[in-house]
Amino acid sequence: MSIPFPDLSRPEGALRSATGPYFGDFGGRFLPEALVPALNELIEVYEKAILDPEFTAELQHLAAQYTGRPSLLSDAPRFSALAGGARILLKREDLNHTGSHKINNVLGQALLTRRMGKTRLIAETGAGQHGVATATAAALFGLDCTIYMGAEDTERQALNVARMRLLGAEVVAVEQGSRTLKDAINEAFRDWVANVETTHYLLGTVAGPHPFPAMVRDFHRIIGEEARAQTIERVGRLPDAVVACVGGGSNAMGIFHAFLDDTDPTVRLIGCEAGGDGIASGRHSATITGGTAGVLHGSRSFVMQDEDGQTIESHSVSAGLDYPSVGPEHAWLADIGRAEYRAIDDGPAMEAFALLSMTEGIMPAIESAHALAGALELGRELGEDAVILVSLSGRGDKDVDTASRWFGLVGDEPARADLAALREQARSTAPAPAVPAAAAGTTDPAAASAAPATSEEGR
Amino acid sequence: MTTADTHRLRSGEVLDRARAENRAALIGYLPVGYPDLSRSIEAARILIDHGADMIELGLPYSDPVMDGAVIQQAASTALQAGTRTRHVLEAVEALSGRGGAILVMSYWNPVLAYGPDAFARDLAAAGGAGVITPDLIPDEGGQWIAASEEHGVDRVFLVAPSSPRDRLEHVVSHTRGFVYAASTMGVTGTRASVSTATEGLVERTRAAGAQNVCVGLGVSNGEQAAQVGAYADGVIVGSAFVRALLEHEGDDAAARTALAAVATDLRSGVERARA
Repeated sequence: MSIPFPDLSRPEGALRSATGPYFGDFGGRFLPEALVPALNELIEVYEKAILDPEFTAELQHLAAQYTGRPSLLSDAPRFSALAGGARILLKREDLNHTGSHKINNVLGQALLTRRMGKTRLIAETGAGQHGVATATAAALFGLDCTIYMGAEDTERQALNVARMRLLGAEVVAVEQGSRTLKDAINEAFRDWVANVETTHYLLGTVAGPHPFPAMVRDFHRIIGEEARAQTIERVGRLPDAVVACVGGGSNAMGIFHAFLDDTDPTVRLIGCEAGGDGIASGRHSATITGGTAGVLHGSRSFVMQDEDGQTIESHSVSAGLDYPSVGPEHAWLADIGRAEYRAIDDGPAMEAFALLSMTEGIMPAIESAHALAGALELGRELGEDAVILVSLSGRGDKDVDTASRWFGLVGDEPARADLAALREQARSTAPAPAVPAAAAGTTDPAAASAAPATSEEGR
Repeated sequence: MTTADTHRLRSGEVLDRARAENRAALIGYLPVGYPDLSRSIEAARILIDHGADMIELGLPYSDPVMDGAVIQQAASTALQAGTRTRHVLEAVEALSGRGGAILVMSYWNPVLAYGPDAFARDLAAAGGAGVITPDLIPDEGGQWIAASEEHGVDRVFLVAPSSPRDRLEHVVSHTRGFVYAASTMGVTGTRASVSTATEGLVERTRAAGAQNVCVGLGVSNGEQAAQVGAYADGVIVGSAFVRALLEHEGDDAAARTALAAVATDLRSGVERARA
C-alpha cells in the first residue's frame, strides 16, 4: 500500500520547503523577551527530533495504534450530486481518536514535552476539540494539564468541559476581555511566562510565534500526504481543488501542504473562512477576506482590528473558527495568490452540515461544514468532471446542541433554517430503486464510487 | 532639532539626576483613559508632584498578555470608554514640561497600526521621552529601531530572569535610555516580596553592557522600593497605583489622597535605599 506514514523530514519544493520564522512578510516572534529562551529550546528540541528516527518511529506508532491513521478517504456520491455532479472526496479526520485532526499535533508536541523534561501541558481551546485532544495526550503521557477556555465558550460547550475534566484536566474559565478564544490564548501566555520551567504551551493551531506555525503544520502534514496518495490511487490523478475550513488554519495547512508545489496544472487550494452573519455585517471571523495586516498572539498576519490596532471581536456559529487572526503561512499563501480564501456565512455552513448528514450519514463538525459549503459552491462552478478533495476535519457530535437550536428542534427559539426543505433536497439525490446488474459496467465515476465508504482498502 | 526637542527630558537625563542624588529613580505607571482621559492625566500629575521622576503612560490594548488582573481591568475600562491612541499622545503633551520624563508603554500592534515612524515623530513632538515595548524583541524591531533613532526617542526593551547572557547582550545593545528588568517570571501585579534573584539579574544586565537598569513587576511599597533601589537605577511601580485608583472608583478626592500616599511612601523608599 502506498499510503505514507508521518514523516517530518524537510520537503523540497519552492513552496513546500518554507519553514519559518517568516512566510513572506508574515510570521516572526512578537512576544515578551521572557519567553525567548523557551521558544529557542523548543526550536532546538524540535529540529533534533525531526532528524531522529526514534522520534519518527514513536510518532508513527502512535498514529497507527492510537489515532487510527491512515484516515479514510470517502466518496460522497449523493452529496456530490448537490455539488453540480463534481466528485467530492472526503478526507476523514473526523474518524481520528478524539474526533478531529487536532490529535495529530497534540501527540507530536506531547512527545516533545517529554523530551524537554517538562511535566505540565497548558492549552487554549474554543469549541473544546483542541482542549479534549490535549487532555487526552496528557492522560496518555502522565502529564498535568490545564486548559484555558473563554467563559462564554465553557457555557456554550458544557459537555466538552466535562469531557476534559473526566480526562483529568483542570479547566479554567477565562472571564477577561471578550471571554472567548482570544482571551483564553492571552491567559495561556500569562500562565506560560510564570511557569515556563515546568510547562509547555501546547498551542493548537498554525498561529503564534515561531516555531509554532511551521511545527504545528508539520505535525498535520500527514493529512495532505495521505490524501494526495489516496486520491491518486482512487481516481488516477490529482484533484482539481482542495478545500478546507480556516480559523487559525491548522487542518487547512495540513491538507494544503502536500499540494503547494502542484502548480502544473495547478491544484487549486481553497480556504473557507467563517463569514458569520456576512462580511458586510462586521460580525464574522473571515480574517483574510475582511482583516488587515497586523500582529496578534506572537506573529504578524492578518488580524481583525480597528484603525488603532485594537482587536475586533470575531463571530461565527462555529466556536472553532471564531478567532480574529489566522496562521501566517495562510496570510502568505493568500498574498502570493497560491491559495484562495472565501467567506462562508453561518447559513450556508449550517445547510451543508444538514445536507452531508442526510445524504451520506456523516455528521460533520460545524467547522468542517464551512469547507463542505465551499465545496458545494465550487462544484457548481467546476461541473461534473471535477474532483474536489475536502478536509472533513472533525465530527459533529459536539455540535448537536447548536444544530438542534439552529433548526428549531429544541427549546423555544424559532428555527433559522427549514430542515424539511433540506430533507427534500437530500431526498432528490437518492439513487433510483436498485435493479440487479444496473450498476455494472457504468462509466459514471460518481455512480461507480457509490459503494459504502467502509470498503476502503487498508482499514 | 526643533525647539521642543531641546527641552524634551529623556530618561537617561532623569536617571543621571537621581544618580547624582545617590538614589534610584521612581517610575510610575498609569493607563491613559482610566477612569477617563482628564482624570488619568490628573493622576499622573499627582505622581510627579509626589516624587515620581518618570511616568510610564500605558496605551490600553485589547490583548495585554504581560498584564495581570489589576491593569487589565483598568485598561479594559479605558477602552470601553473610548480611549484612542491619539489620547495617549495628548496625555504626553499635557504632562511634559512638569519635571518628569514621560514614556509610553505600548504593546506593538497599536504602534504598528499608527505607523512606527509617525508614532515616534508625534511622540517626540508631544515632548515624550520614549517607548517601552513589552512584546517587541529587538530581533523584530528593525522598523522601530530606525524610527526611534530618527526621531530621538528612547526605546526600552525588556530582560527577564530567564534571559541568558547572549540575549542580555542582544537586548542591551539595542536599547536606548534604560533596560527594563522584569523582577519575576510573570505578569504585572503587586507581590508580597521581590525575589532576591532580581539583584543578580541587574548585575548580569550591567555585565552585558547596560548603563541603566530599572526594575519592574511586583514592587508596591516603600519597603520593597528601598530594597530594589539599593541596587537598581530605577524602581518601576504600576499595579499599586492602579489599585489605588480602582479601590476609590467614583471618589476622586479619596483616589487623589491614596495615590499621593502610595507615591510618597515609594519615594521615601528610594531615598533611604542607599542612605
